[in-house]
Amino acid sequence: MPIGIFILVSVIKSALILFVLLTAVAYTVWLERKVVGRMQNRWGPTRVGPFGLLQPAADGLKFLFKEDLTPPHVYKPLFLAAPLMAVIFALTSISVIPFGNSIRLFGYDIPLQITDVNIGLLLILGVTSMGVYGVALAGWSSNNKYSLLGGLRASAQMVSYEIALGLSLVGVLIQSGSFSLRAIVDAQGGRFLGFIPRWNIFHGQFIGFFIYLMAAYAETNRIPFDLPEAETELVAGYHTEYSSMKFAMFFMAEYANMITVACLATLLFFGGWHGPLFGPPLMQALLPVFWFAAKVFCFLFLYIWVRGTLPRFRYDQLMDFGWKFLLPLAIANLVATAIAVAW
Amino acid sequence: MSFHLILFLAFGAVCVGGAVNLLAQRHPINSALSLIAVMAALAGEYLLLGAEFVAAVQVIVYAGAIMVLFVFVIMLLNAGEEEETKGSRIAILIGVPGMLIASVLMAWVVLRRSGTESVEIGALPGPPTDIAQLLFHNFLLPFEVTSVLILIAIMGAVVLASKPESRSGKVD
Repeated sequence: MPIGIFILVSVIKSALILFVLLTAVAYTVWLERKVVGRMQNRWGPTRVGPFGLLQPAADGLKFLFKEDLTPPHVYKPLFLAAPLMAVIFALTSISVIPFGNSIRLFGYDIPLQITDVNIGLLLILGVTSMGVYGVALAGWSSNNKYSLLGGLRASAQMVSYEIALGLSLVGVLIQSGSFSLRAIVDAQGGRFLGFIPRWNIFHGQFIGFFIYLMAAYAETNRIPFDLPEAETELVAGYHTEYSSMKFAMFFMAEYANMITVACLATLLFFGGWHGPLFGPPLMQALLPVFWFAAKVFCFLFLYIWVRGTLPRFRYDQLMDFGWKFLLPLAIANLVATAIAVAW
Repeated sequence: MSFHLILFLAFGAVCVGGAVNLLAQRHPINSALSLIAVMAALAGEYLLLGAEFVAAVQVIVYAGAIMVLFVFVIMLLNAGEEEETKGSRIAILIGVPGMLIASVLMAWVVLRRSGTESVEIGALPGPPTDIAQLLFHNFLLPFEVTSVLILIAIMGAVVLASKPESRSGKVD
């Protein structure tokens, strides 16, 4: 592929994926309000458009037109930089997520992914580990005790659960022998006994998936691990002092992170875009992307379902669960997988 | 000037600039953030050498985990701005030229002794499989000994940080 066309294709792909991701973020918020509403015997948004479907657009407009307050005693450079950092790191990690095989357009093979690097998984881990700075610095620079406590909790929680998260992935890595997300998905093609898909979750990584799921909830600060923004104790935690678009950036970062971990769970444990293919050629080409999106949607729904069901952990319970339960379990899973593969 | 050289110089400039800024900043959190920039730029340099695994680990471990703890401690202690001290004129007069001379000397010695002019990209083992081969096959014993050393250090830190009652086993 000539360099000019490569750059053109990359720009188009980046813009398209960014557009899809931001739309998905907006509609995940809508879905959450709708589903949690129904679970609590309410209707959720209904007024703006049919089924409240235009609510995200209305919210976005509202955020744009609200007054952007900067409290007088904040440390300004970091107060302004923190939401940017949060949203940039959240959006960067999507760049290595593959969501389908390659397609042929105008004689060029175009992989459905912004870029396929052979340390894709490590890149995502690195970027998400940098993402904590947005939250931590927001809490510190706000010069507010609730924000500071929220920021401290966020950094302690994310550092603790990152270890369990990383170790839960090593089992998958041992089985597939690569850090490239595309190679990991390719290793999950085919079936056991003719009908069970060869996905990693059915391939001995059930416990690994359980640990990943728990740690991912904690990494994204979702209920039951949402102590950094516990409304009942900390007002709004690290983003108490933020208003208008800066607040919306934290919101976007949180939901983009949710989508990233849902994509990662799909790729690593649920076979990525593998699924039954049938129908005419065009449908066969589009079905993998559909399967991928459907699996990600299931994870997002699970997130919302959990939010509507579980109460919040206490802080000591959170730390005990991470260090005394998930971490030993992850190490045991790693050892068991290594022995099974070496056998 | 090749594109690689431009990138190398850019990352190098971020590294050196961040390091100088780390010393010049008065507020600890700004210094910590400069150090993060240095770590991230170093990861970029590793990436240019083709050592992608080392680059990723550099970001995850140093920029991601260790520096988060630094920032955490600064936030927890709520460390304020340092006071400016006067009367260190001798340190500036002797220290800065001394440091410059020492670094030039060191660079000169390294360049003289190593005898290499530049490293081709991909000439050194960079992919994770090669590194695993080195760590778990060729250098297995040093690797394991190092891990035991780190384990001892962790246990020492736990003992030092625990309360005196639980260390001696009796409550007075």
